[in-house]
Amino acid sequence: MENRLETSLSGIRLNNPVIPASGTFGFGREMTAWYDIDCLGAISIKGTTPEPRYGNPQPRIAECGNYGMLNAVGLQNPGVKVVVDNEIPQLSQVFHQPIIANISGFSIDDYVFAARQMDQTDGVAIIEVNISCPNVHNGGMAFGTQPQAAAQVTQAVKAVTHKPIYIKLSPNVTDITQIARACQDAGADGLCLINTILGMRIDIARRQPVLANRYGGYSGPGIFPVAVRMVNQVARSCQLPIIGCGGVSRAEDVIEMMMAGATAVEIGAQNLVNPLACKQIIEDLPKVMDRLHIHNIKDIIACVNE
Amino acid sequence: MTQTQYIVTCNEQIASGIWSMRLRGNTAAITAPGQFVNLQLPGLFLRRPISVCDWSEDEMRIVYKVVGEGTRYMSRIEVGVSMNVLTGLGNGYDIRPCGDSPLLIGGGVGVPPLLGLAKRLRMSGKAPQVLLGFNSDKDVILADEFTRLGCTVQVATMDGSCGIRGLVTDAIPDHYSYYYACGPLPMLRALLAQMTQDGQLSLEARMGCGFGVCMGCTIQTQYGPQRVCKEGPVFRNTELTTDI
Ligand SMILES: Cc1cc2nc3c(=O)[nH]c(=O)nc-3n(C[C@H](O)[C@H](O)[C@H](O)COP(=O)(O)OP(=O)(O)OC[C@H]3O[C@@H](n4cnc5c(N)ncnc54)[C@H](O)[C@@H]3O)c2cc1C
Ligand SMILES: Cc1cc2nc3c(=O)[nH]c(=O)nc-3n(C[C@H](O)[C@H](O)[C@H](O)COP(=O)(O)O)c2cc1C
Ligand code: FES
Repeated sequence: MENRLETSLSGIRLNNPVIPASGTFGFGREMTAWYDIDCLGAISIKGTTPEPRYGNPQPRIAECGNYGMLNAVGLQNPGVKVVVDNEIPQLSQVFHQPIIANISGFSIDDYVFAARQMDQTDGVAIIEVNISCPNVHNGGMAFGTQPQAAAQVTQAVKAVTHKPIYIKLSPNVTDITQIARACQDAGADGLCLINTILGMRIDIARRQPVLANRYGGYSGPGIFPVAVRMVNQVARSCQLPIIGCGGVSRAEDVIEMMMAGATAVEIGAQNLVNPLACKQIIEDLPKVMDRLHIHNIKDIIACVNE
Repeated sequence: MTQTQYIVTCNEQIASGIWSMRLRGNTAAITAPGQFVNLQLPGLFLRRPISVCDWSEDEMRIVYKVVGEGTRYMSRIEVGVSMNVLTGLGNGYDIRPCGDSPLLIGGGVGVPPLLGLAKRLRMSGKAPQVLLGFNSDKDVILADEFTRLGCTVQVATMDGSCGIRGLVTDAIPDHYSYYYACGPLPMLRALLAQMTQDGQLSLEARMGCGFGVCMGCTIQTQYGPQRVCKEGPVFRNTELTTDI
């Protein structure tokens, strides 16, 4: 039977476009307590660095009213060896859809090291290269804010891998299309955008920043219009497939993101406040598509650019 | 862990700025005292984590202090309102190592989860000693409920307006087999430094999810990074460092 929700990223078939975003779904396995995660299009697992990291001091989370949250987790992860040896094999036992391995680092060598490990790991379908983490110093986002540095990471990772490489872009730039084109020219297979927007909250009674790290990444419904705009800008200036991300909280948002130019959609902060969010969005999609007279979800990709 | 709708059956002030709420609904996911729930509130993105004070088959009770927007909203919720709650979160207290004379030490709004614990200890035939610390008599909560359960209760207040004057850490009895604590960080740090027997301490952290997927709540322990919402909120004294 025809699957109206099917989409594909660089030749990898997804049963639907809904993907939990890195950092908001652990290593996937934890979420089996809530539902059968095989219903997901894919999973992007927690950002992994060559060495284990504790991340930033507490507090790492701040609220932004109804609009979302700030996080300054700072890439806490057990290191690529543990992820490759334990987490991915365990996830593969309960999840039979594509796994997207999100990697990060502090130098080109770090990215190359992590990418090579992920490339050799069964079960990993796509490598998502995070050059946009705003919560670590001297790294992460530094690569994502300069076209040349973004191109260097892309090229170096491409040189040592066979799997599709998706570069995850930062919104904390003046012109995201410049970075996107630099990644495209350097050989990226696709793009994922956006990561969190650098933000700050102040405890006005204590006259202190809420986060120990002072600044953190803003995500949640409040960033949705920014994400849609950036996805659209990139879609209009690049040919690469885009995973749209940022503030998606319901089926209508998935459709809007795809109309802007996304081939698949990641859902982040919404998983934290509603553990069933992705499952419910997948269930809602056909109903919303009926209402909007969309037959196949693929038909709407970048339709606003036509 | 489950997501459940609960109906508020009671929401009343029990001390200065402190409220007790009872919620009717399925409590099957709650398996140990010291676990917590994460409450969705309209107009606020993140849920609010609150310890389970006590529970029965179809009702749970929480006791909370109004400190900000979310808890202020909670204090205005009327009976009959339906709430979306994640329940059965965290590990909770392990009553097995309690020995013959467990000591329960609570400070301020750290006291509520100890009530559910005291009840389960009583049910397994133990006679807990309970030491509760507050700023002043207007802040005292639940002391008589511990007494009614058959516990020996000692209250300490900073200003001496109720019970003995001073900190709970000034009133630790000489004899106890094991301890269970929940309260402000300075109290927990003092206990870690001072207690001669082993025990379990419940911690707080700002949470993104409350069920282990965001790494927002992680603390450093003797055994590496641990999530307060998942490996905790209750930790053994041997797991913690005094710089928590
Ligand atoms: C496991 C656990 C159990 C808890 N049990 C109780 C309880 O039984 N009774 C009780 O009164 N309080 C309890 N707390 C503290 C309670 O979560 C906070 O007081 C509450 O979240 C404050 O929300 P607010 O909107 O009123 O405050 P605001 O300051 O407006 O909240 C802003 C943000 O900070 C978070 N936050 C603020 N203070 C705390 C805190 N102390 N701990 C964690 N997050 C915080 C909020 O959740 C929210 O995301 C518990 C906390 C944890 C982590
Ligand atoms: C707690 C938290 C942790 C995150 N960790 C990562 C990470 O490790 N790697 C990464 O590329 N993005 C990370 N992100 C960013 C998300 O994947 C996503 O790009 C961003 O939150 C925007 O989407 P949203 O508004 O749907 O949350 C994290 C976000 C949050 C909230
Ligand atoms: S609050 Fe998300 S992992 Fe603990």
